[in-house]
Amino acid sequence: MTTPVVKGAAYVLVHTPDMVMHYGTTCSVEHEVNPNSDFLKKVPEHLRTFEEAVKYAPNQVYIGNMLPNDLHGIEKPWYNNLIDDAKAEGKQGEIVSQDEFYIAMKLSDAFDLVMLEKDFIANTKGKLEIKPYYSEVELKKIGEGYEIADIEEKVSKGAEPLLVKDKLVGCVKAAHERDKNLSAHVMVENIVSKASGVIALKNLIFKNDISADSIEYVIECSEEACGDMNQRGGGNFAKAIAETAGATGATGSDTRGFCAAPAHALVNAAALVKSGVYKSVAIVAGGATAKLGMNGRDHVQKGMPILEDCLGTFAVLVTENDGVSPILRTDIVGRHTVGTGSSPQAVMESIITMPLDKNGLKITDIDKYSVEMQNPEITVPAGAGDVPLANYKMIAALGVKRGDIERTAMQDFIENHGMPGFAPTQGHIPSGIPFVGAAKEMLESGEIDKAMIVGKGSLFLGRMTNLFDGVSIVMERNTGKVEEAGTVSKEEIKGMVAETIKEFAAFLLDGK
Amino acid sequence: MLKGKKIIALGDRDGIPAPAIEECVKTAGAEIIFAATECFV
Repeated sequence: MTTPVVKGAAYVLVHTPDMVMHYGTTCSVEHEVNPNSDFLKKVPEHLRTFEEAVKYAPNQVYIGNMLPNDLHGIEKPWYNNLIDDAKAEGKQGEIVSQDEFYIAMKLSDAFDLVMLEKDFIANTKGKLEIKPYYSEVELKKIGEGYEIADIEEKVSKGAEPLLVKDKLVGCVKAAHERDKNLSAHVMVENIVSKASGVIALKNLIFKNDISADSIEYVIECSEEACGDMNQRGGGNFAKAIAETAGATGATGSDTRGFCAAPAHALVNAAALVKSGVYKSVAIVAGGATAKLGMNGRDHVQKGMPILEDCLGTFAVLVTENDGVSPILRTDIVGRHTVGTGSSPQAVMESIITMPLDKNGLKITDIDKYSVEMQNPEITVPAGAGDVPLANYKMIAALGVKRGDIERTAMQDFIENHGMPGFAPTQGHIPSGIPFVGAAKEMLESGEIDKAMIVGKGSLFLGRMTNLFDGVSIVMERNTGKVEEAGTVSKEEIKGMVAETIKEFAAFLLDGK
Repeated sequence: MLKGKKIIALGDRDGIPAPAIEECVKTAGAEIIFAATECFV
């Protein structure tokens, strides 16, 4: 039995300022209930340029050009202290501009629903031509485009607009006349999620020099649902993304669990590889248009830029042990069960301390905890507090209660075992998963030995249950020992010996 | 302090969730008329 490892991780941001205004729920609801509000009038002057989004330090951390703790060295507010020499190209991903992304949406459009204007395509497709991961065959699919009059006509009949600086350059049509689940709005959300997921998977493949057809299974874990009126959420984003990204040897399925879904997907991927069902499993999630500008009202009120102007997306590849990449410890998995209860202490114990206790580990044995890594610069002005810090305080308090650390050492624990939040508030994106790439780098360099990836999800938002959810898994530095195929692990031998002793004891007791 | 009072409890996913608030105020003799946990991120 092999040990699963994190072979690669990719993180991509897509800067979509016009989508904030039209597809983010905060602005779109305001358009419906108060179309002449001061807030809506002020939004355009609070939107950042692509260059400003690239130079924003938390975004540089997200795409892997900086480690999370590097943010300690940058004076706040980070949006006023931009990194002048920052690049859109990241060690583990990239930041993509809105116009380039609209063409990427066209490449992910299997049903001819995305219409882009001729001149817009002619002026923009060069941005894709210089990307190393688009083939000539793919680029040909972009086509010539449409006359603006045709696009205007479709928008007047209900198609959703695609805008650049408020100028119409394209649209997304409904996929059915009456089906609400295939409406133009839902199709925008789903094509955006698919297309941004494709870019993340392409980055994962290209930057880690992986053969696309070596991926055997894809688990998609976003928060969108694709299906028609007879099976809302029928799926399958995973296979659709795999197809467009060229992963011809893969099938896949979608996993849902609100913000906890990526951590669930990571555990599932590790289990599939460990069991030998698949040798190579990618987990991937695209971005959510609905959450763009979610806290924009508070950002505008406080005179800040609207910082939720990027779609967040990621892809992680789990493979068999290569003797180098960090190990996923499938024996150190935490889970919030139905019976766990909802008190913060019970939640944290089930996810953090129970799996550690089971393995004889102390809270301090984990070098870094990746909790919900939301960028506090987004959440604090909106009154939601510093979410990662609140989580670290709770873990530290548990440590004091258990006697793992002294009360006076709480602050040191938070500084040493925590890190500043840096992820965009894209729901499923900030929860545990943004640190997997950085953890891989730090585990491989020997900076840390163990990291815990924690995903938490607000299941009650779906109004099916009042329950909360959470799951965790530990990443560990690879010892360099690779299991030979067909050999039996130490754990399996222990299990066999235990089983034999049990049978022998039963034999003695029964006298048979 | 809470005995006989009617309570609306709004919990925070990353703070104290509503069911936990509900349990606490019930033991103090209050009546919960609405409780919900919200996610602010």
